[in-house]
Amino acid sequence: MKPGDELPPLAIPITRTLIVAGAVASRDYQDVHHDAELAREKGSPDIFMNILTTNGLVGRYVTDHFGPRSVLRGVAIRLGAPNYPGDTMILTGTVTDVDGDTASVRVVGANGLGHHVTGTVTVEVAR
Amino acid sequence: MSGTDDALYERLAAFEGLPAATAWTGKDPVNLPMIRHWCEAMGDEHPAYRGPDAVAPPTMLQAWTMGGLSGHTDRSSAYEELFALLDGAGYTSVVATDCEQEYLRPLRPGDEIGFDTVIESVSPRKTTKLGTGHFVTTRTDVRAGGELAGTHRFRILKYAPAARPSPEAEKPRRPRPVINRDNAGFWEGVAGHRLLIQRCGDCAALRFPWLPGCADCGSREWDTVEASGVGTVFSYVVMHHPSFPAFEPPYAVGLIELAEGVRMISNVVGVPYDKVRIGMPVRLEFLRVDEELELPVFRAGGED
Repeated sequence: MKPGDELPPLAIPITRTLIVAGAVASRDYQDVHHDAELAREKGSPDIFMNILTTNGLVGRYVTDHFGPRSVLRGVAIRLGAPNYPGDTMILTGTVTDVDGDTASVRVVGANGLGHHVTGTVTVEVAR
Repeated sequence: MSGTDDALYERLAAFEGLPAATAWTGKDPVNLPMIRHWCEAMGDEHPAYRGPDAVAPPTMLQAWTMGGLSGHTDRSSAYEELFALLDGAGYTSVVATDCEQEYLRPLRPGDEIGFDTVIESVSPRKTTKLGTGHFVTTRTDVRAGGELAGTHRFRILKYAPAARPSPEAEKPRRPRPVINRDNAGFWEGVAGHRLLIQRCGDCAALRFPWLPGCADCGSREWDTVEASGVGTVFSYVVMHHPSFPAFEPPYAVGLIELAEGVRMISNVVGVPYDKVRIGMPVRLEFLRVDEELELPVFRAGGED
């Protein structure tokens, strides 16, 4: 691995099931992540993915690429356009820095509305 | 910020540095079923998260601290008070915006989770697409068996949802031209579907936009000539940002050179914004914008 390496893109279909399953698996029962009617009352057009699910997907994207020996050391993300049901998020990543066994990967998740997530993942890949 | 907001922000900022959770414990120890449910939801098949020596996906860090459906019953008074203040000011909705985690040691089934959270900062009032509110940043140290296992910085926006106007009823209208005695003749021309250019009464120089005097000789005498409507794109820009009400970016704004020699700024229509080119022939037409407003615009492919 070296700076400039690009990870192959990963398309994540944003289904209602993924949003709800991710919210429940992360123990997040905020109504905006499972109840469309209450989400609308709060000014959102529909339910939307919670940040813990996005965090999990970003981590998975990077370890999927670097394989079984990869270990996450850090994930820092910022959310932008929400992930609503019916959309698709395309994750892309670029290695920005390599220090020994540890790489920094800049990750962007783009959906139909724009950038859902931008962030940096620090991953260690044992040789 | 109004005086009221200032006063509120002063009260909010007083919470910076106060604990939101002290020596709390996770509701469940790290366990295989929760790990498996997480991996199923995320589609994560990393072998390290399965089998007898499984560790938890590091990104589950926050999940072990969550209150779940029944919540944490031992809420710190500072955090409760901060949220009550924000709720009371109308900032009733919440959305997470940032999450920064560092993983110092793996979490294994059986690990008992303990954590401390501090309110790191409260932002001044911000207006976002979702609405207006305050960002609240917390920092949590997560321990397993008394040992620091990870850190977690989390930012949420507590906001008042922006009103969602019905799209048709309140569709924003394009700005109205400011019509005065110096340019009234131009807009009278537009109303009659004639694009009028001023011509100096002394030196015959053509000028556009309309002005009271001639820039060449200073004469205040003038009459008009009607533009033939033939022109070319002299230059253009594509507007992406910022967006203005009634305009949907991206769109091209053209500087059109009329056959008579003067230039005017207008829309180029009949061609996608990214197909507008310098030198492109265009022809005048009049666009009915709404019941009050008509504008001269230029259609690409003017030599047909």
